[in-house]
Amino acid sequence: METLLALLVGLLVAVATFLILSPSIFRLLLGIGVLGNAVNLMIFTGGRLTPVTPPIIHEGETALIAPYANPLPQALILTAIVIGFAFFAYALMTAVRASRDFGHLDARRLDAAERPELVSAEPADIESFRARKEKHG
Amino acid sequence: MSLPALLTLFALAALAPALTRRLPNGAAWLLACVPAAICALFAVTAAGLAPEQFRIESTPWAPTLGASLSFRLDGLSLAFGMLITGIGALIIVYAGGYLHGDARLGRFLGFLLFFMAAMLGVVLADNILALFVFWELTSLASYLLIGFKNEDGRSRRAALQALIVTGGGGAALLAGLLLFAQIGGSMELSGLIANPVDPTTDPLLLAAVVLILIGCFTKSAQVPFHFWLPNAMEAPTPVSAYLHSATMVKAGVYLMARLNPAFGGSDIWTWSLVLFGGATMLAGAVLALRQTDLKLMLAYTTVMALGLLTFLIGIGGKGGLEAMALFLLAHAFYKGGLFMAVGAVDHEAGTRDLRKMGGLLRPMPALAVAVFVIALSSAGLPPFLGFLAKEYAYEAGLGATHLPIAATFAMLLANVCLVAVAGAVSVGIFLGPARPELAHVHEAPLSLRLGPSVLALLTLAAGLAPGALGAFAIAPLVSAMSGQTFAADLHLWAGFTPALGLSVITLMLGYLAYLRLAALRDLLARAIAATFTFDDVYDRMYRVKIRLAARLTTALQRGSLGFYLSLVFAALGVAPIGGMLYWGWPEIAPDLAGLRAIDVGALALLATGGLAVGLIQARLTAIVALGLVGFAVALIFLLYGAPDLAFTQFMVETMAVVILALALLRLPLAGGRRRSGLVALRDIVIAGLAGISVSTVLLGVLARPFDPLLSEYFAENSYTLAHGRNVVNVILVDFRALDTLGEISVIAVAAIAAYGMIRFRTRAGKGDSR
Repeated sequence: METLLALLVGLLVAVATFLILSPSIFRLLLGIGVLGNAVNLMIFTGGRLTPVTPPIIHEGETALIAPYANPLPQALILTAIVIGFAFFAYALMTAVRASRDFGHLDARRLDAAERPELVSAEPADIESFRARKEKHG
Repeated sequence: MSLPALLTLFALAALAPALTRRLPNGAAWLLACVPAAICALFAVTAAGLAPEQFRIESTPWAPTLGASLSFRLDGLSLAFGMLITGIGALIIVYAGGYLHGDARLGRFLGFLLFFMAAMLGVVLADNILALFVFWELTSLASYLLIGFKNEDGRSRRAALQALIVTGGGGAALLAGLLLFAQIGGSMELSGLIANPVDPTTDPLLLAAVVLILIGCFTKSAQVPFHFWLPNAMEAPTPVSAYLHSATMVKAGVYLMARLNPAFGGSDIWTWSLVLFGGATMLAGAVLALRQTDLKLMLAYTTVMALGLLTFLIGIGGKGGLEAMALFLLAHAFYKGGLFMAVGAVDHEAGTRDLRKMGGLLRPMPALAVAVFVIALSSAGLPPFLGFLAKEYAYEAGLGATHLPIAATFAMLLANVCLVAVAGAVSVGIFLGPARPELAHVHEAPLSLRLGPSVLALLTLAAGLAPGALGAFAIAPLVSAMSGQTFAADLHLWAGFTPALGLSVITLMLGYLAYLRLAALRDLLARAIAATFTFDDVYDRMYRVKIRLAARLTTALQRGSLGFYLSLVFAALGVAPIGGMLYWGWPEIAPDLAGLRAIDVGALALLATGGLAVGLIQARLTAIVALGLVGFAVALIFLLYGAPDLAFTQFMVETMAVVILALALLRLPLAGGRRRSGLVALRDIVIAGLAGISVSTVLLGVLARPFDPLLSEYFAENSYTLAHGRNVVNVILVDFRALDTLGEISVIAVAAIAAYGMIRFRTRAGKGDSR
């Protein structure tokens, strides 16, 4: 089961990557959703799988009795699911806002934050110096 | 004594602006008293030390780093200390007159005092780290002072250029000093220079020497780094007189002199100093003749002087070092004085163009007398100090071990130029017919005349009393630079020697050069126009650097989301795979035992959902497929002992599908155009690499033995320490409660931000869309 899951996690990562690289922001959102699930599964599998028995201490005991499912990855994933959802929701709202402001969701045309032509290549001081050079030789 | 003196000067620098606000007229005079007192203190100390004696004063600073505030007082450091504080006091007074009434005078005086303290630190420091820190502080002060007229683009450029050149040299110096310290086994100069070493025996030591020399050459404006010094003349004249002729530019010369006991006499040292010093000397002398701006003319003779000082250290031996010591003092006196005088004339006449000068003797008699004395000294005429320096330099040249004729001839050429320049700044300014456009000129005020007058007196007194000069300054200087006791025996009249003959030739040729100055200038101008200047080279390198930075920035930050994401995911694929290709693939142990039918069902569901979400173009169907992936994951959680995860996942996945479907109503249906074949292929390759990389790493992890340390800790302690039976819950709300608090905060922030994103409009809003 762990071996098969490891292969499936790879498949999900590949699908997510392909979706995220898409020029459509909508598909990018789908990719984020898939990637979150893939990463959660990866943590889960990395902590090894134990069938059925949840990490709950029985009445009358003071500790878990083996075999029990590894509680540590579960705690991590519980956090990750919630954070992942928050991230997904925020990205979705950003997309909604972007589509409202720009009228499209084409990633290739969304460049309002960094416009290439704003990078200047020539500092002004060199120019002012050139004038002086002509004077002194 | 050294540390209190330095701290006093730094404190004074901080106080200067406030004091100048209170006493706009007297502040400079008052401030000048402190360096003058420190100068007197140094003089007393120097008189109390035998020539070869030295005193160490040490205060711990950062002992674990080998850094201490230790200072070495000997003939070399005290002589420099007296020059820095003595001339410094005159400069402070001069600056008070030069910038009289300027609102920024206080700041200016503060910068000057800050520089003075830093420079004093350089020459006094014994610890190499302290030396380096003070060295960099002088570069910083120089930057602030050259760029003092910060509204002028040329000043800013000159300041930046000086900082880049000397700062780059400073980096080399630090590396060199650290190497030297490591090889020499001491962080103190006193320990490092105690014994001579031959740099050719150890390649690392050779590298250290080269790096140190780069630091010295940049600071002391040696060819090919000389170009920043004339540009630094953009600074107000007090700065040019002080930093860029009398003191800071001599820091490199100082350090070479300081290290001479260790390296002196070795071939690399001798040849580097003689060749670079000689080239600098000749270049400076020739370029000086080309100028019409008197200040630039003086700047180039300073380059020449720095070359000569380096050259004389390189020649070495008692003769070379004695001549170097004499010229060091002679130059500090006459060049500081000439700069101040030219500044005073500029201040009164409003010009320093040689071609517009003449006949100022009548309106400025007092200044004229001082200038003539100093100019005669710089031309090397008896009975002034400059004459002594020139005679002993010729002696040293004739006695040099290698190529005595060439060395002497080079110095002769440089001195000829110096005579012509001396003529230009004395005769050229003050004699000749009075110019009607200069009729408004009056005598300079006392504050502007004091410096040149005092230095003129000193240069005369030193020339007339060579015995006292030798005992007080020259013998200790030479002893410190050679590492051996030296007794100076100086005479103004040494009989009819070859050096005297050379002096006569120098004067005659110099007079001829002065008469033909205009013709020489045109000739040089044409020659320079036909070749190149190092300033142009600097400009070109600077522009190349800026372009490179711009290209790199535009290449990496091109404002394309797709490009950034491609880079990130390509790295996710390439980095682990590359690492595994290099260090070997992980062992993989496939394990298909214990597979239940329900497992296979869950996996099949997951694979179907995953493939569907990637392949299906219809949006609603794709959303359903995404939901399918989430539910399959939840099922796997449920099957493998994680019911909490499963329930959370079910809820979250349902909500995600719902809000995505709701948002779909608001998103434009016409999505991005589809990828072209080539782009799609690239993306598939990146995606495939990322998937393979993640799978391989995970399989590698699974094949290694599991470390249950943390899991067992929680399994054993959840109930006993935290009284909870659900271990996952206990981890979240007890052991790692702060992390959970952080998580909740993230959710809250994301919710507020998402709400703001759709609820409010930015002011730029619609107008920015394209």
